[in-house]
Amino acid sequence: MRNAMNYKLIGKILGFILIIEALFLIPAWGISIGYHEHNAAFSILKSQIIILLVAAVLVFVTRNAKHNYYAKEGLVTTGAAWILMSLMGALPFYISREIPSYVDAVFEVASGFTTTGSSILTDVEAMSHGLLYWRSFTHWVGGMGVLVFLLAVVPLSGKNEGFTLHILRAESPGPSVGKLVPRMRQTATILYVIYIALTVLNVIFLLIGGMPLFDSVCHAFGTAGTGGFGIKADSFASYSPYLQNVTTVFMLLFGVNFSCYYLLLLKRVKDVFRDEELRTYIAIVVISTLLIAWNISGLYSTFGETLRHSAFQVATIISTTGFATTDFDQWPAFSKAILLLLMCCGASAGSTGGGMKVARLILLFKSGRRNFHQNMHPSEIRKVRVNGASVDEKVMSSVNGYLVAYVFIIVVSFFLVSLDGFSVETNISAVLATFNNIGPGFAAVGPTCNFSAYSNLSKIVMIFDMLAGRLEILPIMVLFSRSTWKKN
Amino acid sequence: MKILIAGGGKIGSCLTEQLTNEGHELTVIDCSTAVLEDMMEKYDVITVAGNAASMSVLETAGVKDAELFIAATDMDEVNMLACMTAHGMNPKLTTIGRIRNPEYRIQAYEMRDVFGLTMAVNPEKQAAHEIARLLNFPGFLSVDSFAKGNVEIVELKIDAKNPLNGTKLSKMSDIVHAQVLVCAVQRNGQTIMPDGNFVIRENDQLFFTATPTNLTQMLKNIGIIAKKAKRVLIAGGGRISYYLVKELEKSGMDCTIMESDEERCHELADILPECTVIHGDASSQEFLDMEGVGDSDAVVTLTGLDELNIVISLYANTRNVSQVVTKLSHAENNKILDSLQIGAVISPKELAGYSILRYVRAMQNQEGSAVSVHRIAGGKIEALEFKVDKDTKHRGEPLRNVKTKSNVLIASIFSHGKVDIPSGNSRFNEGDTVIVVTTADAPIYNLNDIFED
Repeated sequence: MRNAMNYKLIGKILGFILIIEALFLIPAWGISIGYHEHNAAFSILKSQIIILLVAAVLVFVTRNAKHNYYAKEGLVTTGAAWILMSLMGALPFYISREIPSYVDAVFEVASGFTTTGSSILTDVEAMSHGLLYWRSFTHWVGGMGVLVFLLAVVPLSGKNEGFTLHILRAESPGPSVGKLVPRMRQTATILYVIYIALTVLNVIFLLIGGMPLFDSVCHAFGTAGTGGFGIKADSFASYSPYLQNVTTVFMLLFGVNFSCYYLLLLKRVKDVFRDEELRTYIAIVVISTLLIAWNISGLYSTFGETLRHSAFQVATIISTTGFATTDFDQWPAFSKAILLLLMCCGASAGSTGGGMKVARLILLFKSGRRNFHQNMHPSEIRKVRVNGASVDEKVMSSVNGYLVAYVFIIVVSFFLVSLDGFSVETNISAVLATFNNIGPGFAAVGPTCNFSAYSNLSKIVMIFDMLAGRLEILPIMVLFSRSTWKKN
Repeated sequence: MKILIAGGGKIGSCLTEQLTNEGHELTVIDCSTAVLEDMMEKYDVITVAGNAASMSVLETAGVKDAELFIAATDMDEVNMLACMTAHGMNPKLTTIGRIRNPEYRIQAYEMRDVFGLTMAVNPEKQAAHEIARLLNFPGFLSVDSFAKGNVEIVELKIDAKNPLNGTKLSKMSDIVHAQVLVCAVQRNGQTIMPDGNFVIRENDQLFFTATPTNLTQMLKNIGIIAKKAKRVLIAGGGRISYYLVKELEKSGMDCTIMESDEERCHELADILPECTVIHGDASSQEFLDMEGVGDSDAVVTLTGLDELNIVISLYANTRNVSQVVTKLSHAENNKILDSLQIGAVISPKELAGYSILRYVRAMQNQEGSAVSVHRIAGGKIEALEFKVDKDTKHRGEPLRNVKTKSNVLIASIFSHGKVDIPSGNSRFNEGDTVIVVTTADAPIYNLNDIFED
């Protein structure tokens, strides 16, 4: 017999998440006060009160929740938490009327939490500082995941402590997610400490380059979460080459599996550099950069500048960040083709980036090669290996299943978005850019344009794509599956 | 010497036979009374029924006055625990345990003090090592190394086309043009220690002593093209196959394992990344052909069934595979097999038995005992390696003046890095290594035993 879903516990966790979200809004409120933006400050305060009220109701209703919790609950909690967070996080924008449409506000915040960086804002520089900060901060929160944060700070665990692994699995990107150390709380803490340390380092490097503090923090958030919300209309184009290069490096760093950093802390340097995924990731970056630099060599005056733009764009797309130093929509078709492929490829598993993930591509490639081989040698038994260890067949089939769901969602979204009458290039890149959590696409949604022209239906489809892409499909799909809600 | 053997299985009975023949007092421990009764009938031993790892059983078996304890039950864990317990009850006891699981291999060596293990024996690993050596010395049916690999004793079967067929031993050097010595011959199941007038005939199995380079030269001169195997096909995916692939891959050979159990195939594919693992029934000729028996340089049959191994080896021979190795677990001394073309024969239990026997000999006679003992020609001939020390008689005398027993042959003398195939003028000095060949029915324990006086 199947267990009935533990709605109360899910509600309780959602309540905690909302409390955390309300607390996260405090710095934004402070900044609004600091810049004398009274409308923004007042809206944020109102939103906080609404969020806390909802949270209070949730926590009160669920005060005697039982702690039996399984994989299904983990998936539902994760999916529901992200949707709720986006709905609530949009309130300050909506209440302050800085984004007058609620759907637009949700799109903007969902794009923030999912670290996509696609914007519907036509004039970023007109926004108040407090809300700009909140917009960038959503990237930082969404990068590592708010539930992981919850695991790090809140003593949720009761008797059935194993359940926390389901949350980590549901929220962290990659085909096989495990703990770094035996205790979940410690694992979550280690991940956040690495994350905070790298972010602080990024801010310091930007400050050294002469970027103002507010800009530095916002951009570091955007880089760390591999989000891509800028605070300037031209994204990164007007900053100095040094600042662009620093951002290139940090975008790539945040696209690396965080367990690599943990291994570095443990001084297991050899293991890190033997990692197949890291090697492939570096190889893809280097080859793509060189190919694009060769392809666009006529567009810029010096080779250094060519290489800088090429590297920045490759880093921004593969790490699924979505900043831009130049309008890459003007680049030749070959370079755009490479960028389009990089959009699907995505960053490493266990990083803050989105997309298919390099680890999955490696597995898919190897499993394809094995299938090919199996056709000629039907009785031979072969294992797919990564880093010398053979990969469980369960993981293999889940990766294949992921590919099917991935393609299916892209096809359906593309179909729905096409109703709005934009060009095919616009639509396909818009779907890929939101689903892979990148940000800008090509043509009408290119780096100098935005998503505001789409209809509300398309925006909702893309909000769904962003959430599905960030949570790697399953937690969101589960919410829409009949078997989840059926009672025994 | 008082010896306790736990486990009356394949190795247990093989050891019991050899050790009782050498005059030791044996107590056999086994859980099954049927096995024990069988042992009592066949050999002159006493038996104790029960779990060899239990203190009371060991007490009854007399562990306190025993000198050697051999744990050879079919479970590694029981063997380890038995050695630990026995050693704890009698700290002066020497213990030998059979540890076969690759997962325990490292700890059985590095933590042997903790387990009270004096020596760990791994029959499968030894068998794999032997097979690997055979494949590295193509052309011969068996290879035994002495003096740290500087001297080899190899077995060669003479077929009708061999130029040595019909040659007198004294005239052999005209054909082979190499420094080799025939130290024993097997003919129709009989073992002969030949003299110069012996004439080589078809189907004789000759045992040569020489250095590796001389052996290669000899093969060349008698027209046996021996190129080292590149592609090795292994039938059966047991532990020996695992160890064998590990060894062969070190020398750069491509291995293919055929195994009929799918689950085991997955395990093997998991632990042997470089090896090709094929799921299928190796007894089917179609299957063997499909997977390229004919293209293999060597076929090794290691399934659990002797009969199947023989059949596959015979088939491989008809497909002109240049090297065939057959593992036999029960039928190794069956004379009918001598006439069959099944290539070299490997018997894991005999190999393990010999290595334990060697150890027992060394224990018994610390001074002047053999550095290594090899049984060749189906156990009928022993080749022993001795170090010449200050107590050795006839040092420095030319061999023509030294009278040795009639069943003894000095096969080679290794001195200061040089190998001498002895003639009448040869002599040995202190520090040299002497390799002696003798019949197994009258074992020698000390180098001085070979002399007539």
